[in-house]
Formats: sequence, C-alpha cells, structure tokens
Amino acid sequence: MQLVLLGGSISRASVMTESRDNENSLIRRVASFARKCLFGILSVGPIPNHIAFIMDGNRRYAKKNNLEEGAGHKLGFTALMSMLRYCYELNVKYVTIYAFSIDNFKRRPEEVQSLMELIREKIEGLIKEESIVNQYGVRVHFVGDLKLLDESVRLAAKRAMVATSKNSKAVLSICIAYTSTNEIMNAVKQSCEEKWEEHKKLGSCGTTNGLIDYAEKVGRKGNNFIGLSDIERHLYTRVTPPPDILVRTSGETRLSNFLLWQSASSLLYSPSVLWPEIGLRHLVWAILNFQRNHSYFEKKRKQV
Amino acid sequence: MDVTYVNQKFSLWTAKHHNVSLQIAQFASTLLWNFMHFLVTIWYLMWNLVHMLESFLVSHEFLKEYKSLDVSKLRYLAIVIESDEARRISNVIELLQWVAAIGVKHVCLYDMEGVLKESKEIILAKCNARPWKGAETAEALVEPKLILEFTSVSDGKQGVEKAANLLFAQYQGVDQDKPKFTEALLDEALRLIGLSAIHVIIFSREFLQHDTESLFHFYFRLFTGCSGPEPDLLLIYGPTRCHLGFPAWRIRYTEMV
Repeated sequence: MQLVLLGGSISRASVMTESRDNENSLIRRVASFARKCLFGILSVGPIPNHIAFIMDGNRRYAKKNNLEEGAGHKLGFTALMSMLRYCYELNVKYVTIYAFSIDNFKRRPEEVQSLMELIREKIEGLIKEESIVNQYGVRVHFVGDLKLLDESVRLAAKRAMVATSKNSKAVLSICIAYTSTNEIMNAVKQSCEEKWEEHKKLGSCGTTNGLIDYAEKVGRKGNNFIGLSDIERHLYTRVTPPPDILVRTSGETRLSNFLLWQSASSLLYSPSVLWPEIGLRHLVWAILNFQRNHSYFEKKRKQV
Repeated sequence: MDVTYVNQKFSLWTAKHHNVSLQIAQFASTLLWNFMHFLVTIWYLMWNLVHMLESFLVSHEFLKEYKSLDVSKLRYLAIVIESDEARRISNVIELLQWVAAIGVKHVCLYDMEGVLKESKEIILAKCNARPWKGAETAEALVEPKLILEFTSVSDGKQGVEKAANLLFAQYQGVDQDKPKFTEALLDEALRLIGLSAIHVIIFSREFLQHDTESLFHFYFRLFTGCSGPEPDLLLIYGPTRCHLGFPAWRIRYTEMV
C-alpha cells in the first residue's frame, strides 16, 4: 500500500514540475521503475481486458483552482495521457474514453467551439511519430455519430484512424458525439435497412407471397428476423469487447448515456476525485477491486 | 582453454541463474500480490463495520440528518437484486416495506434470471401493492398504493430486439419513405413492447395504413400522461457495483448506488 502511495505521488509530482529537468529525469526514472515493479505484482492476478473512462470534472477543477475556462480541459488531457500510459504499461488491450457527448452540444457555442478546437489539436498530436499512440502500437478508433461534428474535426479523426490502422498491440476508442441511445437506435436502423434490402432482393426473385406471410408472423414470438447478434454487429463499439471496468470521476454515479448496452457485467467505479486529479492509485484500486470479483464477473458475463 | 567452451559454460551459468532469479521474482510477486489483497480485505472489513455502526445509529435515530428525508424528487426507484439473494422473498418484501414507508411510490424490481417475476403474486399481496400497467394517468400516481414493476434480462437487450423486429415488420411492405429513425421512434416501439402481444399485433396492422407523421401522433395520444419509466435512482444489492443488464434504454441519467 505504501509503495502504491509512494509511486502515485512520485509520478504525479514528476509530471507537474517541468522546469528542473535533471532532477526530474532522475525522479522519473525511479518512478517508472517503481511503477513497473508494481505492475509486475498486479499482473500476478487477472488484468482487465478493457477499461472505459468517463472524464468528468474538468470545468469544476478549473473553477476550484481559479483557472481560465479552457485550462481545465487541457489539464484533463494531460491526465488522460498519463492514465493511458499506465494502462498500456499494464497491458490493458482496450481503452475507451468519453470525450464528447451529443448532450454537450447544448452548452454555450463558444465553449463547444473551443472544445472542438482542442479535440482537433489533440487528434493531430496523436498522429505524430513520437506520440504515445505509436510508442505503444495503439490503433485509434472514433466512436459516435461523426456526421454531427465539424468538417475539420471529422477529417482529422479520419486521418488519425488511417494513420494508426497498422498498429495492432492495443486499441483506443474515443467516443465523440456519442450517446448510447443514439448508438442503439443507429444499430436498430442499420439492421432494419439491411434486412429490408435482403428482402427486396428476395422479393424481386418472385417470392412475395411467402414474405407477406412471414411479416404477419413476426408479431408472434419466435420468428424474429432481427436477432441480438444483428443489432450488436451494427453497434459503433463492435470492435471492442464489453468493458471490464467503467470509471467515472468526480463522484457522480450516473452513466450519462455511455456504454449502457455493453456495461451489463462491468464493475462501476466512481472515485470522488475530479478528472485532472486522477492518479495511479485510483487505477490500482479499481484493478484490485476487479481482481477481487473476477470470478463473479466471469459468471455474469456467461449469463448475459 | 577453448573460447567456445568458456562461452558455453558462461551462457549455461547465466541461463541457470536467470531461471532461478526469475523464479525468485515470481515467488516474491505472488507473495506481494497476496499481501496487497489481504490489505484490501482488511480495509473492506473495517468499512463494513463502520457501515453497520452507521445503520445502527440511523435506525435508532441518533443521527439527526436522517430524521426527515425529502423524497419528493424521487419519482421512480429501481432496485437491482442479485438472483441468488432474490430467492429469499422475505428480505425483498422487507426492503419494499421500508421503501414504501419512506414514501416512494413507484418501484421497478430487476433481477437477471426473472426470479422475482415468478414470485410476483406473493410480493404484490404481501406489500399491498399493485402492478404497473403500462400507461398510467396522473391521477393514478396520487393513490397511496405502491406501484411495482417486475423486469428481468429479457426486457433489456431482448426488449430492444423485439422493438427492432416490430419496426421492421411495420415498414416491411412500405416502398416509399422509410421512417426517419429517431430515438423517439425507438422509445415508443419499446413502450409498445411493454404491452401485451395482442396489442402489438393490433397496432402493427393499424400502422401499415398510416404514414409516419400520424404514427407519431397516435403514439403520443396513447401515452400522454404516462410517467416516464426512466428511474431516478438505482439501488444495487449484490456483491459488487454492476447493473447486471437492467434495460439499457432506461438508465441514461440514473444515479447508481
């Protein structure tokens, strides 16, 4: 436990003081070594395959520390980078983050604009060679209704997806313009459209009568055209398995329309800390809890 | 001495010691891992003790802030129970009686396997409650009786599957404009699924004759006054915090404890 606290506090301290380089690089190396030892110990037990983060509390953090408006989000991004680094060092293969919800479009236009600008800037940053994404071989995947975004952000997202498509060690899913209800509705829509197309083709071959009979039977149980697997095939998050841990910071216990379909058997963790303040100790605590209840979740996953 | 012989001996020596050091490292990690989990268990033991003490104090009215609870904002409560614990019906009934005593009117009970659905009659009788009927009017909510709804995993993902099939069948033969898929459309389809199968068939025949606009109007006429079935609060009773597949469409903004 003391090692955890020590490791956590050392790694956070080293991120924030950038001016004293020499001292910092020594501290960083020691912290990195301590962290690798800690992760080695944690790896004795089962490590989650997929962790999802809801990055809540950026604006509250900025207000609490009397910073200007966009600063909370920029610090949130730094926190995100360090969390990603910890996850990939721990060999967590899939990480999903909730960057921007469709409900967030209802905020003030200037705020939405500045957030979009920040997102675009950070996506460009990810494509560069020395970024964390290439360092750990991460494939980036954008999840959500991308048609709702600005042209520039959408293009940047497409470029990032193409640039990282060859990476295969891990996957980062960034949920932008995403709500779970929108995703489910879209999946249902695409399943319906796919089946209509299929039936049109069958119909044109002259089997119309049989189709009408079939359509009448659908109201009764047992003769479903569209199955669960068809809907799941059309979800935006079909590339990732269901999350093992869902972390929401700032103590809120709501899911706010995030991965509702996929989180049926995932551990919900809500630390009361704000997102820019999240540290290694929270991740370690979440993983320890996951390991404690691992067999229970395995059982539930088979049932769902 | 032969260089290759020396090299061979050296590499064998490092390999052997590498194995030993690896084994020592593995043993030490396992020991430390078990120790960490032991500390976590101690932590939870203490936490549970504190909670038991707090419940004792609350039930004997020592803590002032719990004396009067404002439940006016809580329109709809959902309770998720682990199926094994749900088999102990007396505990479930006791919980419902507490909840009713606090003043909550509308409760949805969920368990994965549908154990609670099977014991529906007993629970309704013992709690002096009535079942939820689907479309409720505003007057019905003023009644003193507790309204209970029973759901299981088949109402979750499979509910969406049935709604998808309903929408598919409705617009099956319609060649011109397919409906504009919105969340409202799927929402209403899901509410229809909550009604009995007979209603579904009648409605689907009706709708084949209507266009999309009037379809929406029909739905809204049918359901005006219906209290939204989205729970404000979800209580989870089980070993961990996990919502176990509660109908996904309904827990968008629900606080989960």
